[in-house]
Amino acid sequence: MIYLDHNASSPLRPEAFLAMQPWMTAQHGNAQSVHRAGRLARHAVDEARAQIAALAGCRPDEVIFTSGATEADNWALRGLRSGAPRYVGAAEHDAVLQAVPGLRLIRPDANGVISPAALAQQLEDQPPGLVSLMWANNETGVCNDITALAAVVSEHGSVLHSDAAQALGRVPLDFAGSGCVALSLSAHKLGGPLGVGALILREGTAIEPLLRGGQHEGRRHAGTLNVPGIVGFGAACAQLAATGAAEARRLGQMRDQFERALLAQCPGAQVFGQQALRLPNTSFFAVPGWHSEALLMALDRDGLALASGSACHSGSDVPSHVLRAMEVPMQTALGAVRLSLGHTTQEGDVAALLAALLSITGGGGAGRFAGVMGG
Amino acid sequence: MIYLDHAATTPLRPEARAVLAEFAAADGPFANPASQHAAGRAMARRIEEARERLAALLGAEPADILWTSGATEANNLAILGRARFAASLGRGLVVPRTEHKAVIDPVRHLAGQGRQVQWLDPAHGAYGICTADDFAARLTGETILACAMAVNNETGQCQDVAAIAGVCAEHGVPLHVDAAQALGKVPLTVDPGVGSMSLSAHKLGGPTGIGALYLRSRPRVGVEPLQFGGGQERGLRSGTLASMNILAFVAAAEAACAERETAMARLASLREATWQRLTGGIAGLIRNGTATHSSPHILNISVPGVHGDALRALLGEVCLSSGSACSSAQAESSYVLRALGHSDDLANASLRLSFGHSTDDAEVTRAVDIIIEAVRVLRERAVP
Repeated sequence: MIYLDHNASSPLRPEAFLAMQPWMTAQHGNAQSVHRAGRLARHAVDEARAQIAALAGCRPDEVIFTSGATEADNWALRGLRSGAPRYVGAAEHDAVLQAVPGLRLIRPDANGVISPAALAQQLEDQPPGLVSLMWANNETGVCNDITALAAVVSEHGSVLHSDAAQALGRVPLDFAGSGCVALSLSAHKLGGPLGVGALILREGTAIEPLLRGGQHEGRRHAGTLNVPGIVGFGAACAQLAATGAAEARRLGQMRDQFERALLAQCPGAQVFGQQALRLPNTSFFAVPGWHSEALLMALDRDGLALASGSACHSGSDVPSHVLRAMEVPMQTALGAVRLSLGHTTQEGDVAALLAALLSITGGGGAGRFAGVMGG
Repeated sequence: MIYLDHAATTPLRPEARAVLAEFAAADGPFANPASQHAAGRAMARRIEEARERLAALLGAEPADILWTSGATEANNLAILGRARFAASLGRGLVVPRTEHKAVIDPVRHLAGQGRQVQWLDPAHGAYGICTADDFAARLTGETILACAMAVNNETGQCQDVAAIAGVCAEHGVPLHVDAAQALGKVPLTVDPGVGSMSLSAHKLGGPTGIGALYLRSRPRVGVEPLQFGGGQERGLRSGTLASMNILAFVAAAEAACAERETAMARLASLREATWQRLTGGIAGLIRNGTATHSSPHILNISVPGVHGDALRALLGEVCLSSGSACSSAQAESSYVLRALGHSDDLANASLRLSFGHSTDDAEVTRAVDIIIEAVRVLRERAVP
């Protein structure tokens, strides 16, 4: 199988598993316990906290561990500025869009971008509250200029939360300089373990707890800390801090080659959000005449794992809400397929995808694709 | 280091480690089980099979098992989610004061929002547990939820969940059971009347960060989700499923349940021997719990005449706890022990020894010697 669905979940990096191993064998201890086993666990958690903080550009004590980005998003949307209005991007992940009722939607442009001017215009004359805008979109990979948007939000008297689940490790994050008060992170999207994430919360920001019970995480979050998971998350972040830029360049080149070949060889094919700044590993595209489900099934038979958009929504015959927010016509949106590359992706994987796509859709010859790849 | 704090967290069982190693291997399985491609479908099948296996251990329907990040989340979902869902049905909750913090704190929050909480005080000498009669006296037509933990996390004393569930069923009230300390330790099934039950993997040799909520669908116990998003777990608990943790959890749970009778017989005799040696070596030692009607993995003792912090400071290599790990970071003596009539000082001078699958007799013997010696030193110092 060739796995090209890293935005759904990226396999665990060997470096992360290596760091977790001691905590699965000899070492154990509840990080909340006062005895030595507990202190060792707490020390490991704090080291991971520092590794994550370094990659996210925040202070270690601003990292609060959660079970993942879904919990972090729900917590932020529910717990920040309780009672005040909530403004969220229309292309946000469902963990934001479904978190609380009564959200007011901020529309992106045709590229999926929310510009500072568009945000200012849509917030004008509205009461202040909480704004949530994703750092990078999970389907299109389109990035928002969070720092510029935070300035608009602040001017409006509101505070900004950003879902950075897909952005961490793929594009530089600078929480400290970003102006947002909270950031949602996920470990498994970047090759860390499943079941762990974090909410980065700026010092002094009040938040209502989502889970109650116990005095963990400075009394802000309840539940025994997932020590191996947190250690693995930290190790994956440390590795990306060292090699993330090179990995992003490598994946970005493969992605760009794929898109050039696709657009050259499949007449009428489109790439969504291509004019915008995007995550280097993501391509959301459509081949005319092909419904995404049919294309994905054919690719699946050829051993290629891609998605029609958010894994959480796959299998439905409803077009991507992200593309609808970008005002992509219904027929085109129903054909959208997401390619997302990651640390296990090899050069040959993308060539194999192109060959398969071509043979399935009859858009040309496999050799021609290979030629473009070579060039 | 001698680890006698299995009620706080346990080392991984080999069965769980094997699952994690399988998943972490270079050619190991991965994929989001919500994905439609072959890898995602294969993962989804393994998750559903794990659900069936866990349900079988409890005598539950597989569809009634929801994966959560642990027992804390499961308790919060069962309590806060229930109260939000049932807001129009009634405002009452019936809850013993001796429940775990992950039950007490959400219930307190609801009380602060105007819900009518009937707090039950366990009878003197009951070691933190309440009876079916205690519940029967407080259940009304307004009650939307009652809570009863199966095994008290501090004393190990067992609450008679079957009888309490029976009383709740008569009143049409769903009973929520916190079974974090119970699965694999004491017989556990979802009795009629149990509406929900929370489970934790890391208390039985599974990984941290994973647990489950049994939530009855027939007759249905309605809850409102705590987190929304991708609509996983029948829309009741959104978030990407932690596949490797789920499978490791179930592997550990099966191993714990398969060896339960022999393992608990071993721990019961180890615990009684430990108690005999401790009480033989420490004059006036108090046992907080009974030899019967308690889970064999917990021994809770109070040492009169010494300062608790000074005692623990002398135990160095012996990892044990003064009570629940979740409250041990705060300097607050145990409610469960104070309810026994212990003074704050005596409650603070209490030790919880908790055993598990990796505990061996020799290390317990060494720990007992260290405890006896520490008490001797402290008591000598106290003599003017």
